[in-house]
Amino acid sequence: MYKLEAKNANLWYGKKQALKDISIGVEANSVTAFIGPSGCGKSTLLRCFNRMNDLIEDTKIRGEFLLDKENIYTDMDIYELRKRIGMVFQKPNPFPKSIFDNVAYGLRIIGEKNKTVIRDKVELSLKHSALWDEVSGILNKSALSLSGGQQQRLCIARTLAIDPTVVLMDEPASALDPISSAKIEDLIYELKKEFTIVIVTHNMQQAARVSNKTAFFYLGELIEFDDTKKMFTNPQNERTQNYVTGRFG
Amino acid sequence: MNTRNYSRGKLTDKVFKYTALTFTLFALAILVILLVDIFSKGLARINWDFFRNLPSRHANRSGIMTAMAGMLSLLFFTIIIALPIGILAGVYLQEYGKKNRFASFIEINIANLAGVPSVIYGILGLTLFVRILHMGNSLIAGAFTLALLIMPIIIVATREAIKAVPNSLREASYGMGATKWQTTSKVVIPSALGGILTGIILAISRAIGETAPLLVIGALVYVPFIPEGPNDQFTTLPIQIFNWTSRPQADFIINAAAGIIVLLLITFLLNGIAIYIRNKWYKKIKY
Repeated sequence: MYKLEAKNANLWYGKKQALKDISIGVEANSVTAFIGPSGCGKSTLLRCFNRMNDLIEDTKIRGEFLLDKENIYTDMDIYELRKRIGMVFQKPNPFPKSIFDNVAYGLRIIGEKNKTVIRDKVELSLKHSALWDEVSGILNKSALSLSGGQQQRLCIARTLAIDPTVVLMDEPASALDPISSAKIEDLIYELKKEFTIVIVTHNMQQAARVSNKTAFFYLGELIEFDDTKKMFTNPQNERTQNYVTGRFG
Repeated sequence: MNTRNYSRGKLTDKVFKYTALTFTLFALAILVILLVDIFSKGLARINWDFFRNLPSRHANRSGIMTAMAGMLSLLFFTIIIALPIGILAGVYLQEYGKKNRFASFIEINIANLAGVPSVIYGILGLTLFVRILHMGNSLIAGAFTLALLIMPIIIVATREAIKAVPNSLREASYGMGATKWQTTSKVVIPSALGGILTGIILAISRAIGETAPLLVIGALVYVPFIPEGPNDQFTTLPIQIFNWTSRPQADFIINAAAGIIVLLLITFLLNGIAIYIRNKWYKKIKY
């Protein structure tokens, strides 16, 4: 049974078709990587799963998107959905608030008032995202005073604080230096024990290192989807072969 | 040929630079002359009594007590009226309103309103608030008139500040299941607050200096008492200054100079605060 699934997904931005009849299933407690050249539709598909594309005007979506067999677009409330499927963005985007308030944001919007509950959850989430040791003494400082890599881990902590089951990551390390990037990768490896992770990445090595399964997209189509090992050593499709070996893209 | 063009270009460069410098110095010189003139005349007149005294027939016993009290109460009511409407309108137009032709029509009109000569607002205030709504030449009529005047400034400032909030913050908030209202009230407005505040302070400092619309609605009256409620008559500092400068006696001219110094300092202070907040905020919000 798939945790997350798309069936015959099509999407248009205005007249331009960005996704062409994509069907894909993501297993629970695994890391699935979406790779492909820019404009291939990997981020667009990712954003369908928590309905972030709804924010873009003139978008038309067809097909089925399922979370635990429930239809994302018809069977559940959009706000409920986004609490179950969290998202981490390309550029770290902490709120201009304190570190504590950033992580507590999600709890506060669902109406959590109990200070002890909030404090415990903030600590747990920061430990989860391997940031606690660095920030435990400066929780009241502005999140913007952190480094880029720390900010991104803070954004992950913020997402984890509302107990999602799926975490979508849209090139989470592409704006970071190699060391911060490696920390994020270690973190992803840890997180898959508890969460289902889908990650979009431009970095082949990263996909090969962190993911269990890899999907290769090209011009809005899903070209190949298989175990990561197989995708990188023995891809069935010539275009996949060319892309993963760096011959184009 | 090329070298000649080049050296001519260099010459033009120099000529332009020094012409621009001359004009800048010219403008500065005029400002300095004005300031020196005002300060040399008025500075000696400023003392505790000048702030405490009511207006009087005798120049040396006149003070700006009623003018200051009138101005502060006028500002108080103006802010109460203009602030909520201006901010909410700005938030609506930028964050909620659909981007269609009607929206851009409204946008252009608000920008135009900000440029309408203030005396026109005075005439509108006279007709609408003083006559039709029977407010008379009262504090509240003045406050409504000034509120109309500064509302476009607040709306435009609010919109600009909200526009400057990076979209990634909205996405972060929506991505966690926040509603539009939660995103707007907890993320967008707090992030834009510095810009909004700057706009408000600049609007207030504009309102402080306004004389024309208040003259039209009838604030130029001898008011020997401090206004006690919104329906009282009032005068303000610029009007008091205007009043004094139209007197023939030299002592009143000195009073006017002293009043101008006070007014200048208040505006200077407000603008300084605005710039301070803006700089601090830009540092904070930079991505």
